[in-house]
Amino acid sequence: MKELIKMVVVLTIISSLSGGVLAYVNDLTIDQRDYQNLINNQAPTLKTILEGASNDPLESKFEVKYGPKKMKCYVGVFDGKPNTVVYETYKSGYADKVYVMVGINLETDKIVGIGVTKHTETKGYGADAKEKPDLKNQFPGLDIMQEFKVKKEGGTIDAISGATITSAAVCKAVTEAGIRYKELKPELETQVKQFSN
Amino acid sequence: MAKSIAQEFKKGLWDEIPPFNLVLGLCPVLAVTKTIAGGIGMGLATTFVLVCSNLLVSLLRKVIPPKVRIACFIIIIATFVTIVKFALEAYAYDLYNELGMFIPLIVVNCVVLGRSEAFAYKNKFAPSIADGLGIGLGFTLSLGAIGAVREILGTGNLTFNILGQFKYEATEIFGSSFEPFTFLIEAPGAFVCVGLLLCLMNIVGKK
Repeated sequence: MKELIKMVVVLTIISSLSGGVLAYVNDLTIDQRDYQNLINNQAPTLKTILEGASNDPLESKFEVKYGPKKMKCYVGVFDGKPNTVVYETYKSGYADKVYVMVGINLETDKIVGIGVTKHTETKGYGADAKEKPDLKNQFPGLDIMQEFKVKKEGGTIDAISGATITSAAVCKAVTEAGIRYKELKPELETQVKQFSN
Repeated sequence: MAKSIAQEFKKGLWDEIPPFNLVLGLCPVLAVTKTIAGGIGMGLATTFVLVCSNLLVSLLRKVIPPKVRIACFIIIIATFVTIVKFALEAYAYDLYNELGMFIPLIVVNCVVLGRSEAFAYKNKFAPSIADGLGIGLGFTLSLGAIGAVREILGTGNLTFNILGQFKYEATEIFGSSFEPFTFLIEAPGAFVCVGLLLCLMNIVGKK
């Protein structure tokens, strides 16, 4: 009995110490990790989505509150009008979360472009959602206010062969972006006005 | 058992050099040694984990009950691996991308768990650090050597850049007419490469 108690106590203490240390290291490095993610993943995706914009999208950003969290939105100015917002949502894919950036035109409610940023999907399968254009090129021009599904689940989007789960995650993330858009549209419209000149 | 600390350190560099003479921890060895930079990066990450986990295990060896020792080792190792993962993601993003899945997999690298179980749990902390450092550096050198052979023969180039501090670049070492031996870049090539290097080491060691 005494041995049993000792085992439980030692394991508990070691586990909780480990948890504490990791939480501390997480806090310590989170800013730098976010920065690396921005430079290496988000910035290139943002530039492809907002190709042809007359401003620097990385510099034109604001935050809106969605639920308990703040959401970063980037603005694209086309023909002198700040009419496009881009923000990131995520859904669980095959390995872990798949982060997707979605650009939406505020005047037409249509998708301008999407792009996968951070992910840990398998190379040659799920990772093609980011590397290859086949999946993401199906979205531009579609109305954001709808539920996106891959064909296997009764939708309209062609999944990447061998990576249905990743493709479905991308669809769900875009759908999530639409749900947020419905709720936040008035606020987004007021916020983008600061970028018109 | 009364070996000096220097001996504990030295054994990791030849007598018990991990992927060769111990033939342990082969999974990351085969996967990340496509380039010398990947090999050395992985080796250094493993060394950090080895030294820290050896230190902690040897300090806690009287507290940890034998029946749950493996669970305790795994928690300790996993903690340090996660720290390495955070650090690489924050400060060496290219390396983080290249090693990818194999950073979290250091947790189940039997070299690390093996040293905790076979050495640190039975020894004081000073020899344990020496042991971890020796085995870790041996592992790093081996991975670097395999990576160098595979990169030079497989691509004809040799480049590495660790944290922007140590840079080296050589392209077309064998001249422009050299046809890269691409087999060595593939996974089977890694097996052949490890086998040949091990064979070479045995020949040298016997003399």
